[in-house]
Amino acid sequence: MTSTATETKTVVVEREIPHPPAKIWRAITTPHLIEEWLMKNDFAPKLDHHFKLSGDWGHADCKVLKIEPDCLLSYTWDAMGLKSVVTLTLTPKGSGTHLRVEQAGFPKEAARAWAGAQYGWTSFLEKLEQVSARA
Amino acid sequence: MPQTHDALFRSLADPTRRAIFERLCRKGEQTVGALTGHAGVSQPAVSKHLAQLKRAGLVRDRQDGRQTHYAAQIAALAPLIDWTSQMTGFWESKFDALENLLKRMDQ
Repeated sequence: MTSTATETKTVVVEREIPHPPAKIWRAITTPHLIEEWLMKNDFAPKLDHHFKLSGDWGHADCKVLKIEPDCLLSYTWDAMGLKSVVTLTLTPKGSGTHLRVEQAGFPKEAARAWAGAQYGWTSFLEKLEQVSARA
Repeated sequence: MPQTHDALFRSLADPTRRAIFERLCRKGEQTVGALTGHAGVSQPAVSKHLAQLKRAGLVRDRQDGRQTHYAAQIAALAPLIDWTSQMTGFWESKFDALENLLKRMDQ
């Protein structure tokens, strides 16, 4: 395998959250709770379960890859013909949790095209406003 | 947040200014007069917004007789279109929403 063909991008976001892993696990595996923080979905906490995450920009086709209660949830994330894998990891930290999400697997060049096409200028600029309001 | 992002965010945070920039992205080069017809604000206000967009590198101007034509410089947004920063921002905002949800949930 050549490095250019397989070069991919990975995004990692980590946060200390003052809630125990079991509670966060409920929020990331219960459909009506997932909808409240992530997207509309038909998720089920079952290995190989196919589900859809729907946002205003379109949807991602997903499949559960790994499920370890209160610890780890991993699923595929295919959107606009590009595949990636999302992995959420929960680690107890004091009375709270260290939450980590990793999204990996987009080919580098395709990812750039995807980001531009998917968001379009309008929704992209709306997002900018939200980000700038937080900055 | 890097400095260049700050300037871009500030320039695009104003809805009127953003609408002007979006129109230039969609329609290509425009005169101040043409932009004023759609902006819903006075021509001097449009000129002021254009000057700010120009300072941020988001538009360039071209003099043609008495008319000044403005065009979007989409390349200026390149640092923001990077997939990594996009998805990082996506997950950061989702984690914010998750934390809000956790506060509302029972133990």
